[in-house]
Amino acid sequence: MRHLSEYRDPALAKKFIEEIRKVSHKKISLMEVCGTHTVAISKNGIRQVLPEKITLLSGPGCPVCVTANRDLDKAIAIAQEPGVILTTFGDMMKVPGSHSSLAREKAEGVDIRMVYSTLDALGIAENNPNKKVVFFGVGFETTSPTVALSIIEAERRGLKNYSVLVRHKVIPPAMIALLSLGEVRIDGFICPGHVSTIIGSLPYEPIAAEGIPCVIGGFEPLDILQSILMLTKQIENGESCVEIQYSRSVRPRGNEIALQTLDKVFKLADADWRGIGIIPESGHALREEYAAFDADRTFKVDIPPPKEAQGCSCGEILRGVKFPHECKLFGKACTPEAPVGPCMVSSEGSCAAYYRYGK
Amino acid sequence: MCLAIPGKVIKIKENDIADVEIGGIVREVGLHLAPETKEGDYVLVHAGYAIQTIDEEAARETLKLWEELGIVETP
Repeated sequence: MRHLSEYRDPALAKKFIEEIRKVSHKKISLMEVCGTHTVAISKNGIRQVLPEKITLLSGPGCPVCVTANRDLDKAIAIAQEPGVILTTFGDMMKVPGSHSSLAREKAEGVDIRMVYSTLDALGIAENNPNKKVVFFGVGFETTSPTVALSIIEAERRGLKNYSVLVRHKVIPPAMIALLSLGEVRIDGFICPGHVSTIIGSLPYEPIAAEGIPCVIGGFEPLDILQSILMLTKQIENGESCVEIQYSRSVRPRGNEIALQTLDKVFKLADADWRGIGIIPESGHALREEYAAFDADRTFKVDIPPPKEAQGCSCGEILRGVKFPHECKLFGKACTPEAPVGPCMVSSEGSCAAYYRYGK
Repeated sequence: MCLAIPGKVIKIKENDIADVEIGGIVREVGLHLAPETKEGDYVLVHAGYAIQTIDEEAARETLKLWEELGIVETP
């Protein structure tokens, strides 16, 4: 397939690996903050071919995994309200909340529907005028513009029965929060290619200014190897800047139309990240003009205090403090078939990637 | 979840909707976030929307650089 297969040439990959070995002298840790990178790195065995001096850490890059139990509990409570159809992306279905999951509730007869796109959720609202259709909006900047569009479109179509439970998150504040926590050494970031397609490269400048190099990478094996090479070179040369490896998709100012769409519908708000806690201005809330589409305002539900699964290390794994295989439940009490924590549920979770492809 | 897949725009229809071929399958995709897309362009598709048009020149430059890396010994 065009724009995919060209970036998978094994002979060139070998060249990149040789080149990385040539320039690598220091012991360094690089963190990727995108679940799609986590999977691509594990699937292509990239950890195994790097020099031992280079450690790859997975950060809080899986939106499903970083969704706090409290937020999932609220989505479930709203789904249980009479006359509600809750819609969401498939990744969210099996994630366990404090007491249940959307998949379990669906099996019990609650009307919860998986959608591929927010356009599908709008279609459900249009076809069910007597129901209240709620979209559970989870995701990073790649996804949030499509949710913003659904609200603009719902207004245009005059849909009064569509609302969104907004739980989007914004990536750069989480990267800064991880650095401030100082629990784990991060010498460079492999920045998320598709989030950056929307936000551009400028939001990473403050991180590079603090001495942490950032390279925005694509998702094919050669993209990732080149990103690692670029980061290694910067670190070895004592440089720290933001570079775009994924230039076929990422422009410095990002996708300005998507950014304007986001800004029209949402304002920045504090958000609760599993494993990290509340990070100021790291999420979205609907602007006043769109209050009618805000499920947080429409539904007043009581939810008991959230509960975390005992023994689950998802929080530490999302901060890069622990590797998945260092969790005592990994591969024993917690497997993709019977997951305890979200990092094992989501196909993009670090635990699921390590389980499927090996560490 | 931030997966986006390249597809070729086959036909642009009404209301910013286009038929896009992704791996041999044609499906409808919203062009609202990439309104300058033309038929024949490659776009990155995420959750039913094109989030960007692929920059062919940048793609060619990357591949050219790699080709050089593949055939020219690095100093």
